Amino acid sequence: MSRKRVFALALLCAVIFAAPMFAADTIKIGALIAVTGPAANLGLPEARTLQMLVDDMNASGGLLGRKIELILKDTKANTENAVSFAKQLVEESQVIAIIGPTTSGESMAVKAYADQNEQILISCAAAETIVNPVAKWVFKVAPMDSFVAQMIFSTMKKMGITRIGVMCSNSGFGQGGKGQLAKYAPGAGIQIVIAEDYDKDSTDLTSVLTKIKAQNVQAMVNWSTEPAQSIVLKNMKQLGFDVPIFQSHGFGNIAYVEAAGKAAEGTIFPCGRILVADALPADNPQKKALVGYRSAYMAKFGEEPSTFGGHAWDSYSIIAAAVAKVGTDRAKVRDYIEGVKGFIGISGVFTFSPTDHNGLTPDAMEMLTVKDGRFAPLGK
Amino acid sequence: MGAQLLQYLFSGVTTGSIYAIVGIGFTIIYNSTGIINFAQGEFLMLGGMISVSLAHVLPLAAAVAAAVVITGLIGVLLQLVFISWLRSPSVLRMIIITIGLSILIREAALHVWNEKVRALPFWTGDETSSLAVLGARISPQVLWVLGVCGLMVAALSLFFRSTLTGRAMRACASNANAARLCGIRTSLLVTLSFFIAAAMGALAGCVISPLTQTQYDMGTSLAIKGFTCAVLGGLGNVTAAVAAGLLIGVLESASISILPLAYKDVVSLAIMLAILFFRPEGLFGGRPASLLGTRRA
Repeated sequence: MSRKRVFALALLCAVIFAAPMFAADTIKIGALIAVTGPAANLGLPEARTLQMLVDDMNASGGLLGRKIELILKDTKANTENAVSFAKQLVEESQVIAIIGPTTSGESMAVKAYADQNEQILISCAAAETIVNPVAKWVFKVAPMDSFVAQMIFSTMKKMGITRIGVMCSNSGFGQGGKGQLAKYAPGAGIQIVIAEDYDKDSTDLTSVLTKIKAQNVQAMVNWSTEPAQSIVLKNMKQLGFDVPIFQSHGFGNIAYVEAAGKAAEGTIFPCGRILVADALPADNPQKKALVGYRSAYMAKFGEEPSTFGGHAWDSYSIIAAAVAKVGTDRAKVRDYIEGVKGFIGISGVFTFSPTDHNGLTPDAMEMLTVKDGRFAPLGK
Repeated sequence: MGAQLLQYLFSGVTTGSIYAIVGIGFTIIYNSTGIINFAQGEFLMLGGMISVSLAHVLPLAAAVAAAVVITGLIGVLLQLVFISWLRSPSVLRMIIITIGLSILIREAALHVWNEKVRALPFWTGDETSSLAVLGARISPQVLWVLGVCGLMVAALSLFFRSTLTGRAMRACASNANAARLCGIRTSLLVTLSFFIAAAMGALAGCVISPLTQTQYDMGTSLAIKGFTCAVLGGLGNVTAAVAAGLLIGVLESASISILPLAYKDVVSLAIMLAILFFRPEGLFGGRPASLLGTRRA
């Protein structure tokens, strides 16, 4: 037998014997993330964040002395994919918990399955219905849509605004937001004079803005995730429609500011603090976690992190903290998560309870504005 | 009230000018091959993306010019690799191939660039500037779009009507065999038409980029509107495609002024269907669009 062959045989043996041992020894965490497809700008930073956290943790010895194995499935923001991947993760891979899905539609599609199969699911999506009514095994870490509406209205009250116009895209996100705005406006003493829906692929919105401008509103709210968020800003300026413009947390992506250029100045929107990590006062409890995540992410991927990556950070860190404490028994991990109090995350400070599986309050968000082409906290 | 009406008209022209400039590209390849190129929207996207990337290192005009040439060459490459070796393919096959190409280009763009939205700077003034006319306002970029539209129409009309190459191209479309018998090198002309269509698409993509912004998946939705203009105008007629685009824009704007915005597409599509029902050859066309399926037979 030549030396080469001996070496090859030895290598083969090593692989055959080592692989099952290695696999049995890992802690498996599943993830349903829309890495490509229409929600890619949400899913991509989530997937990157998870990979970064898992690599870092494995490099420093893993969890409970075992390596972590991340089984990440790209759902392409498709609900059918999300459901079938969820089954795969539970039945074949037998993961300890599932992170995601990325979008609200997918999360709702997977909610019942996860709950029936006693599988921990920590969604990264916004919709209130994911945790209301509460399902025993389902949590979520993204702030609620309703927080955004409440934050916008309380800022408007301070500015003395009472008559507003609303524009939403015809996506699930836009329509959800429209509902929240309509629900909270009367309580805040705000009158929605006109509400219009636009196509999510719109390339120009001057006509509808002409219509809204004629209603003499004191402020505008636009609620969408699409590039139309920048088009609205440019069209308003071009029409000389000079009222304060509020947007949803969907605007928390610096690419929209760059696309709108000068027209983005002064836009007001509520969003997670990760966007202004450096500008926060030193006594903010989240400051250390935010700055740490931001600098690690920027060093690795060369771009600013987003709130979405932050949701993945929160999901993963909560699961990791629970496993480190109570081991890999699913029921114990779930109970531990439900009892988490004052967990400092990227999206806010989490305090879960049997009736609250989101764990955040409206002050998880900060009112932001655009100043010199950058996000900045809105002056009080 | 007068200013308000004028503003709706301006808004309609803004929207319509974008549709129109997309529509032009469809007519070029149709004129030389009789096929509809469903990847036309992707040429616009490529033009926008390439020019935005180059604008970091080159002056705006040079970046746009380079984007136009590069996209034109990509068009040629695609034609040579995927289309030129087909011997008299059916219309259905061509549709499937061009749709396939559009997916290919889109996914490639996602990998070359990323999922983020980009925009070229405004060619005159900036995001906030606008011209006031009788109390109504319009962005100077819209005038650029209209101007480029006008230039394209003039150049293409001249090319297809008055130059030998242009007339030979139309001959290829109406009967490829007869054209070949007359000594026309049909394959070369089809390649040339892909160059022109891709280059014109890229120029359109550059001039609308400040308004619509550019993203890897913008092509499909733009192409639907552009295709609508091309059909409504009467396929193959460049001037008519532009007129149809402006008409659709103004109709949409008029519908928005009285109905909720959500009904915009219902109104404009209903009007288009009605027009095509009574004039299947399109508003200004000479040949019925329904011949599309039989022309290569």
